[in-house]
Amino acid sequence: MNVTEKDVAYVAGLSNLELTAEERDRMVRDLNAILGHIDTLEKLDTSKVEPMAQVSDRYGVDESKQGSERFAYASREDILEGLRKSLPHEEALANAPDSDGIFFRVPKVIER
Amino acid sequence: MDLNLLTIDGARNAVRDGRTTATALAHSFYAKIAQDDPKIGSYLTLARERGLAKAAEIDSLAARGETLPPLAGVPVGIKDVLVTRGVRTTAGSKILGNYVPPYDCTAVTRLEAAGAVVLGKMNCDEFAMGSSNENSAWKPVHNPRDLSRVPGGSSGGSAAAVAADLAVATLGTDTGGSIRQPASFCGVVGLKPTYGRVSRYGLIAFASSLDHIGPLTKTVKDAAIVLRTIAGRDPMDSTSAEVPVPDYVAELEKPVRSLKIGLAKEYLAEGLDPEVRRAVEDAVQSLSELGCEVVEISLPHTEYAIATYYIVATAEASSNLARFDGVRYGYRAENVRSLSEMYRRSRDLGFGAEVKRRIMLGTYALSAGYYDAYYLKAQKVRALLTRDFEEAFKKVDAIVTPTSPTAAFKLGDKTDDPLAMYLADIYTVTANLAGIPGISIPCGETKEKLPIGMQILGKHFDEATILRLAHAYEQAA
Repeated sequence: MNVTEKDVAYVAGLSNLELTAEERDRMVRDLNAILGHIDTLEKLDTSKVEPMAQVSDRYGVDESKQGSERFAYASREDILEGLRKSLPHEEALANAPDSDGIFFRVPKVIER
Repeated sequence: MDLNLLTIDGARNAVRDGRTTATALAHSFYAKIAQDDPKIGSYLTLARERGLAKAAEIDSLAARGETLPPLAGVPVGIKDVLVTRGVRTTAGSKILGNYVPPYDCTAVTRLEAAGAVVLGKMNCDEFAMGSSNENSAWKPVHNPRDLSRVPGGSSGGSAAAVAADLAVATLGTDTGGSIRQPASFCGVVGLKPTYGRVSRYGLIAFASSLDHIGPLTKTVKDAAIVLRTIAGRDPMDSTSAEVPVPDYVAELEKPVRSLKIGLAKEYLAEGLDPEVRRAVEDAVQSLSELGCEVVEISLPHTEYAIATYYIVATAEASSNLARFDGVRYGYRAENVRSLSEMYRRSRDLGFGAEVKRRIMLGTYALSAGYYDAYYLKAQKVRALLTRDFEEAFKKVDAIVTPTSPTAAFKLGDKTDDPLAMYLADIYTVTANLAGIPGISIPCGETKEKLPIGMQILGKHFDEATILRLAHAYEQAA
């Protein structure tokens, strides 16, 4: 599969990136090189293989149980401030680039 | 007594016996950092106030004659992708240039509870993406063994600081080899535990199903001490496993005689530097002289590991890094007219080239029309790679491989060729995909006096066996 400039522009949009013209050129080149290697996966017949998204449902769990039952130990009561207290307002806003002391402040959301 | 050369037990016992104080120890490390780190670049931020407060607390415990915890007064460094309350944490990125976290990473909390003194935050590749530390937005790290060479990555600062005696031990993170490969390049010990062994709470996520926290240390015993301290279930990370934590230090002394060691032919194939091959073969010979039985095994899907890894890792990264939007924390671009422009401009200016490349690759692999061909395919091959290990571990107790195909390369050597950089991760990414533990320990040098690392891989939650083998080899070498 070949990545084109159009693909890069489309994916940049999905990624909330803009990229300069120079960055886009380089991206076309790099993505094609990397995907060229990744295409070696096509050689493998995986029609009978179940996909694996993570390892934690397979190891270190009670294998006699199924599905989410294996993680029963990880569930907790659904109560206010279950594991830790929420951050005080001031601390939660301390790293914000812009706030009014109560809310995060952002540029105009609705564009005309 | 040179305070900067002490191991964990050495430092703690010196404080306990009154031969030094935790405060003197911390000052001695800060002095050496001031003197040596300008040419190495391993620290991004010093945490003097926090470190010296902890040292004073340990000193007052010692003065009262109380029993000191296992890491009392031990100066440690923390990779900058692990959050520290009140201490700037950047993940090596401009987008978090001024970020001061409101909470602590669990692994750091546990180290400090055991008495460790946090000296500061270690340089790393931006968001832990890289194999040479050259992707740090702030400055590169130079390999203490040869300043013209890279320290490896992404935990390059963590490895270089231990090698240069600028910390007794450090924490790193490993998503595709980022603890083990820099340990190998710098000539120190680096351990990536089993997935779920150590809580990831407070680790700034790169790829959540592959990220691990682990120690970089001078000795195998020190790695065992740190692992014992940070391992175990944490309710703040639902993927931290409820598996009992053995006393890894006590386990070190068990005999290695008649343990079965696998040598995978796929890990000794083309692309492996002949000097690295010879050093690893010599190390295997030593293990065999210690009574281990060497068994040839096959991990047949190894050639697909890099392709699989760079799909899974970037797909997860593209999702995890969506949170950097310039709203709640981090860099925000100025002079923007709309919210969407603010997102794009903030991310454009805040992220470096490699991070953008991975976000793009991951987003592409997850996008409509390509999901099946890339992401789903990679998940299936991940299952095959994991099955390879399951089959192998029916026959052997551990697997020995080189950590990296070469010793440390020169700064600038691979920066223009991302694929070449990725391909060098071939021996380490498989353990992340399968979630098995791996340790890298020094096993000799090249003719140019560059360290070579041997990797020992183990079964899930069997860090004890790989630590035991590494310890036996280290003692014999």
